[in-house]
Amino acid sequence: MRLKNKIIGGTITTAAALSVVLIIGIIAVILIVTIIGGKDKLSWEFLTSFPEDGMMKGGIFPAIYGTALLVIIMAIAAVPFGTITAIYLTEYAHEKSWIAQVIRFAVRTLATVPSIIFGLFGLGFFIKFVGVGMDNWFLGGQLKWAQPNLLWGSLTMALLTLPVVIVSVEEAIRTVPKELREASLALGATKWQTIKKVVLPGSISGIMTGTILAVGRGAGEVAPILFTGAAYYLATLPTSVSDQFMNLGYHIYVMSTQSSNVDQTLPIQFATTLVLLMLTFTLNLTAVLIRSRLRRRMK
Amino acid sequence: MKEVKIITRDLTFHYGLKMALNSINLQIPEKEVTAFIGPSGCGKSTFLRCLNRMNDLIPNVHISGEILIDGLNIYQKKIDVVNLRKKIGMVFQKSNPFAKSVFDNIAYGPRINGVNDKKKLTEIVETSLKNAAIWDEVKDRMHDSALGLSGGQQQRLCIARTLAVEPEIILMDEPASALDPISTGKIEELIFELKKNYTIVIVTHNMQQAARVSDHTAFFYLGELIEYGKTRKIFTAPDIKQTEEYITGRFG
Repeated sequence: MRLKNKIIGGTITTAAALSVVLIIGIIAVILIVTIIGGKDKLSWEFLTSFPEDGMMKGGIFPAIYGTALLVIIMAIAAVPFGTITAIYLTEYAHEKSWIAQVIRFAVRTLATVPSIIFGLFGLGFFIKFVGVGMDNWFLGGQLKWAQPNLLWGSLTMALLTLPVVIVSVEEAIRTVPKELREASLALGATKWQTIKKVVLPGSISGIMTGTILAVGRGAGEVAPILFTGAAYYLATLPTSVSDQFMNLGYHIYVMSTQSSNVDQTLPIQFATTLVLLMLTFTLNLTAVLIRSRLRRRMK
Repeated sequence: MKEVKIITRDLTFHYGLKMALNSINLQIPEKEVTAFIGPSGCGKSTFLRCLNRMNDLIPNVHISGEILIDGLNIYQKKIDVVNLRKKIGMVFQKSNPFAKSVFDNIAYGPRINGVNDKKKLTEIVETSLKNAAIWDEVKDRMHDSALGLSGGQQQRLCIARTLAVEPEIILMDEPASALDPISTGKIEELIFELKKNYTIVIVTHNMQQAARVSDHTAFFYLGELIEYGKTRKIFTAPDIKQTEEYITGRFG
């Protein structure tokens, strides 16, 4: 009996150790391969210049610029909307009420929907429904909004990242002590004044965490913008939300599958991947740091 | 006895199915200190929280009976709870300053009432801090965070914050239970000063404290009001045996 326990225990320990090694190994391989492949190409010039020669040479500035615009507009849409939802769930809805449960269920489901489905939804809803509607109503049928662009891409991405924002903000709102809400209400503040002046200022780090996590996610996802706004190649930067845009993730995909000479573009692909990885790592790390500070405060 | 400020009639309170207060009838006089005493879970804090409708925040509670303040039933439908709470300040067991500066803590109440004039706010803040006997300790750190103050100072800050709204009644829920004896002494002195201008209702675990600061004492036990009267009488010659047993420390 004792021997059997020992064998089981030993097996589990070994399996656990192996899986840790495996995970760290995978990350290490990805990083090392990317760094080795991309380090020679990565330079200030690479980051700040346009692709040249059918994207065989040159830099990736339009993709960086497009990704930045995408996540900024996405955040402008997702953060207020997500925050308001989180406020409703924590401050207004009763924990057990059916509407709160439906919303929570929807948020959880939204978080598990495959990202390509968001892309298709964006195409169907924003472009074919809202866009066509806007063109028909305001422009007399002239084509402007019923095609992929920065706005629709960003809004589609906002839908994808909404659950991240809602969950982070909810968690932060719950760390605001009940005593502070009571203090405010006892002074004759209304519920809304209490939320605005006590609850939200106390949740600011959670709102920031949620924003950064959402931006990190949005910067890395490609599927939602495939049909809703990302462009293969643009000679000029987008100047309006009705323009299409280039994107880092999509750029990697394009160069590794659509290029006329994939091998020749390999350094560019690696360097672009490196940029994208560093971007998402930095964003996630920042979010983790803010969140750990928030959790410490809770204790 | 002075004018009656608060009257409760058959006040009964349930948390879900559990009865916390059973038909309480009580009259609280104006500009005096009334203490509620009793063992934990006797309903004294629940009763206090009925007086400014703080219990409204808890789901699934049921209240019946009446509470009249200046003759007006505060559980009537047309009563504006927000205005009611401006008239009835509350100081909590655990001091709960906002994570803001000393000044902004005190100015919180006036600001939500629409006072934005800097000069007027400064005046209110200074008066409130003086009346709460903490002005000398914080006058040079008005713009430091209130969370940097000591526990006793924080509690007096919370009293000052309540005074800034100019209430008529101040409810205190074990305001000194987390404080050291010196800070407790300061709070008690302060209560003595404040009763000149405010009606004070205090819940306390500490019977000496009730005896020292209050004019009237109500003894609660298992959701019932057992005895209510002049503090001197309750502590020297209570009419009911349970009260005597509690006060002499035989249970509770």
